[in-house]
Amino acid sequence: MSELSLPRSPSPSKAGFHLPRRTMLKGAAGAAGVAAFPGLLAACGDSDDATTDAGGTAFEIGNASGDLTIGSNYSNELPQAGLAAAAAAIPNADVTPVINEVDHNTFQENISTYLQNPDDIVPWFAGYRMQFFAEQGLLGDITDVWDAGLNDELSSGFKTASTGLDGKQYFVPWTYYAWGVYYRPSLWADNGWEVPNTVDDLTALATDMDSVGITPFAFANDGFWPAMGTFDQLNFRINGYQFHVDLMAGRESWTDDRVKEVFATWETLLPTHQADPNGRTWEEAAAAVVNKEAAMMTIGTFIGSQFPEDEIEDLDFFPFPEINPDYGTEVVEAPIDGWMMAADPANVDAAKEMLYHFGTGTAQDAYLAEDPSVVAPSGSVNTSVWSPLQNKVFETVQNAKFVTQFLDRDTSPDFASGVAGPRIADFLADPSSIDSVLEDMQSQAEVLLGE
Amino acid sequence: MATISPTKTPLKKGKPRRGKGPMALSGRDRTVFFLMVAVPTFFHVLLVWVPTLASIFFSFTDWNGIRFDSISFVGLLNYEQIFTVFERDFFQAALNNLVLLVFLFVGPTLFGMLLAYLLDKNLKGGRIYQSVFYTPVVLSLAVVGFMWQSVIYSTENGLATELFGGGEGVNWLGNQDYLIAFSDNLGISKNFIAILVAISWRHAGYIMVLYLAGMKSVDQSLRESAALDGCNEWQAFRHVLFPTLKPINVVVAVITVIEALRAFDIIYVLNTPRRTQVLSILTTNNLLGEGGGNVGRGSAYAVLLFLLCLGFVIWYVTNHYRESEL
Repeated sequence: MSELSLPRSPSPSKAGFHLPRRTMLKGAAGAAGVAAFPGLLAACGDSDDATTDAGGTAFEIGNASGDLTIGSNYSNELPQAGLAAAAAAIPNADVTPVINEVDHNTFQENISTYLQNPDDIVPWFAGYRMQFFAEQGLLGDITDVWDAGLNDELSSGFKTASTGLDGKQYFVPWTYYAWGVYYRPSLWADNGWEVPNTVDDLTALATDMDSVGITPFAFANDGFWPAMGTFDQLNFRINGYQFHVDLMAGRESWTDDRVKEVFATWETLLPTHQADPNGRTWEEAAAAVVNKEAAMMTIGTFIGSQFPEDEIEDLDFFPFPEINPDYGTEVVEAPIDGWMMAADPANVDAAKEMLYHFGTGTAQDAYLAEDPSVVAPSGSVNTSVWSPLQNKVFETVQNAKFVTQFLDRDTSPDFASGVAGPRIADFLADPSSIDSVLEDMQSQAEVLLGE
Repeated sequence: MATISPTKTPLKKGKPRRGKGPMALSGRDRTVFFLMVAVPTFFHVLLVWVPTLASIFFSFTDWNGIRFDSISFVGLLNYEQIFTVFERDFFQAALNNLVLLVFLFVGPTLFGMLLAYLLDKNLKGGRIYQSVFYTPVVLSLAVVGFMWQSVIYSTENGLATELFGGGEGVNWLGNQDYLIAFSDNLGISKNFIAILVAISWRHAGYIMVLYLAGMKSVDQSLRESAALDGCNEWQAFRHVLFPTLKPINVVVAVITVIEALRAFDIIYVLNTPRRTQVLSILTTNNLLGEGGGNVGRGSAYAVLLFLLCLGFVIWYVTNHYRESEL
């Protein structure tokens, strides 16, 4: 049974579902796959060695002691067990983690109030949303934690996502999942369908799917966030990463011809999608994929939570196909959850040591052992026990030139949920209204993003 | 409430009351009197007037709700933006509040009255019908929203879809097309009608119980004499029964206005489908939530809702006193 539908995209730390552990044979193949990214593997230093190089910084591993309060919104069963295991795995036995758990959505809704009087370390999102609080002076600078070894543990893309607008680090990445086009390989094999590389391939494939009576795309937009996923994919495939980021930040205009082209392309693809998405929950749409009534869905890895446990191995994804050859498929959307330090924590040494620990493979392995529905960013996590789906997510993100977070994480939340979501819904209800919808969006963006 | 003062004492001012004035009270009585006035007044001011005045104050500011030193005065900017940049949201919300009010007066009230009238006939199994119609009233509107969303209005397999869809999926809550359009961006949308139906499922039961209680207390001899005088069913209802229900009508009117203006939960839990927002939703969305919010604009929406409420409060107060003076 699914949860109540919500007005925002799921957090990696929220969903939580079981994936089968891979066999030894698959493990070997997976390891070979990872070896294709030597840069990443080379970056995986032994964490203990790394810290010894960190002389001169204020922070040293092993000095901390006492109680450490950890704020948690990991309120669902699997994430909850994972966090407890990861925190308990801290090598320094003198630090006693105290986890203060709040219901996931309550935490989300009250984050501004909570940050006035937070726990020592705090869960949150990478990128824009972290930067917003860092700018308000609500977060503690943890650049020394990164210098103490996380620089070796985590790749530069993750470091960028953890860096505030002032160039300092405020965040330790922890888990993520990937958006893409998810499908059931068995259905595709039965029909002889192949993964499309370009949008033209996709259109041709959709015609084929229609002819055998299967809806190409399951599509939902209840809560007004699911369709943002399709918008993001189309926008960075057509206009590239930089335009997408600038549009989200209010530096480009929604009435720009490039945005209109995105919606024009979307309109041509709408007949391949389930009609009337605005009243459908993503779980209902996912059920169409599970039941093989629809061939695929643009969604995140969390679609796995809708699969029966014995069928989950029949779930795979591919990046949204290329539209503009200039940009290919170089961008992938992967929302990252992680940890931040309060501006003035009660136990600063323990907070930094725990954050350092959370950035290492030891903690992330412990977490994933309980909640294998997501992927961890540390270069030293043990990918050989991961499922094929986890490895695919990992490889796709490692291969990507740019990583975006998702529309409702890449811009201010009031613009995302108050303007972008409802206006995209207006477009889906009546595509011919797009010009007036975009003018309205732009005038509101100027107010909300200009503030 | 239900009884009309036989002495016709004006409530407002004028003639001194009989008996001793407050000055004649003993010291202890005076203390009790003082406490009984002061304590409720203190809480009323603290919990009602302070927040109200604070909202009015904040509506002239720009503040993200995080630190007090970041408040800045912007004059009427929030109101100006509501009536220009956010006009689509605002006018649709205000219209929905009014539609809800009119609808609750017409739909569930008449239906509830009809149910009460029928149940008052002492039908066989009347108690069972009564329980069935009353059961939804014990549910919160939020729960009603979840139930209707998943059981009745589910696009693929809801009860309403099965009954009226003719084998096709029906997009009940997502269909934002206007049933009655006043302009391109203002009208009564189909999904709002769907929500109104869900609201009346609960509200009609409430009205039914109120009227049923009223009808049960009507003197049986009135009906008998009406029957002897040769009234038909409609005449008996219109000229005999209905006038005796006047006190109930006042209660129903008050409840309906309150329900219409505070409407929030059912729409909020349904994730506010397009064009179904009401003013309280706009207020909440601007004040609460993840981003620190827009306290200034949220407060401005709250002030506008307050002014709307004030209109009805004034209407009610003047009406109520006029009736008391009859």
